[in-house]
Amino acid sequence: MTTMATAPAPGFEAPGVEDFQLPPIFGPVTKPVLELALAAIIVVVLFRLAVRKPQLVPSKTQFLGESFHGIVRNSIAKDMIGPEFLRYVPFLTALFAFILVNNLFGIIPFIQFPTFSHPGVPYALALLVWVIFTVVGIRHHGLGGYLRISTWPPDVPWWVRIILTPIEFISNIILRPVTLSLRLFGNMFAGHLLLLLFILGGQYMLFTADSILLKILSPFAFLMGIVFTFFEAFVQVVQAYIFVMLTASYIGTVLADDH
Amino acid sequence: MDIVLAAEQLNPLVPHTVEIVVGLIAFGLLYWVLAKTVFPQFEKIYAERTDKIEGGLKRAEEAQAEAQRIKQQYDDQLAGLRAEAARIRDDARAEGQQIKAELRADAEAEAARIRARAEEQILAQREAAVRSLRAEVGSLATQLAERIIGSELSDPARRSATVDSFLQELDGVDSRQPTGAN
Repeated sequence: MTTMATAPAPGFEAPGVEDFQLPPIFGPVTKPVLELALAAIIVVVLFRLAVRKPQLVPSKTQFLGESFHGIVRNSIAKDMIGPEFLRYVPFLTALFAFILVNNLFGIIPFIQFPTFSHPGVPYALALLVWVIFTVVGIRHHGLGGYLRISTWPPDVPWWVRIILTPIEFISNIILRPVTLSLRLFGNMFAGHLLLLLFILGGQYMLFTADSILLKILSPFAFLMGIVFTFFEAFVQVVQAYIFVMLTASYIGTVLADDH
Repeated sequence: MDIVLAAEQLNPLVPHTVEIVVGLIAFGLLYWVLAKTVFPQFEKIYAERTDKIEGGLKRAEEAQAEAQRIKQQYDDQLAGLRAEAARIRDDARAEGQQIKAELRADAEAEAARIRARAEEQILAQREAAVRSLRAEVGSLATQLAERIIGSELSDPARRSATVDSFLQELDGVDSRQPTGAN
């Protein structure tokens, strides 16, 4: 990551990993720790507001809550999981909301730190997802059935199987949680680094640099910072969506009756 | 090189234990509260809504079926009434025809009756005329006979004159009689 810091302008320290090391606020509690708690509170409060007075013809907040729940229920879970999708909708919706709010913290003014640019919680959530789809698969097919569905694609000649089965085993059983967590973490980390680069760079050009040309050009750095803020908003929503989509897809594949 | 060293010291892939613990607790509580109190409400509302819409559709279908049934009934009735009206008209026509035929038959019978009576009358009158004529001829014959007997039968000229005068009388009777007889 720090290779981005090669050839910095004289005197300009490009942002790097050290900018993600936030000082503790009290005890072991750092900013991302507070954000995690805040995200949970925000999600719970918003959803509670949505069902405060449930009606057949929904109020505005109820409609928003239902829409969010409906997207996960009808566009993700139903398509990916199949007939037994209803059991997994609460988990998937909670996951989507939790990740989405934590991601959006990256661009919400004054918070402006995407929680999952620290990899701990993505690891934990991906591991949780792995445990869930493994348990679901073993319960549905038995241990042998689960392994067969994950590593033994039908209608494959034996000499292909020699290579294919280890690949399937690694990709379906070992790498799924790794890619799931690293995709989320990497996007949040890189996005935040990018914003830091434009904002801190602009700040350096405007206040620290000697060159008058850099001072004149500094608004473009801030402008790019704003443009990339919008881009980051998009990425943050998409990454939350992808995380939940893949989770549903993993559950769907272990529930499927053939490969 | 020192940048690489720093990166190894600050490996961004190393997780923070506090975050994992707090993150899992926060997510666990979040999931628990939502799964217990919020999502069942949503599902309930979806079910109610679906139920209501499907119920409405079903009711509309029923109403349509009912309307169809009533229309069918009405059409049937109308067809029945049309057939009934046609039947009544045919009946009336047939009855009219029958009445006409009866009247004609009656009239013809009456005419025949009248004619027959007239014929009978004529016949009776004729018979009466013939009877009276016969009686008169008888009496005339008697008179003639008396007259012939009363006068001299010896004289042939007188006898023929008598017959002639008698026949002349008869002729006078005949010339009067046919108008009365016919």
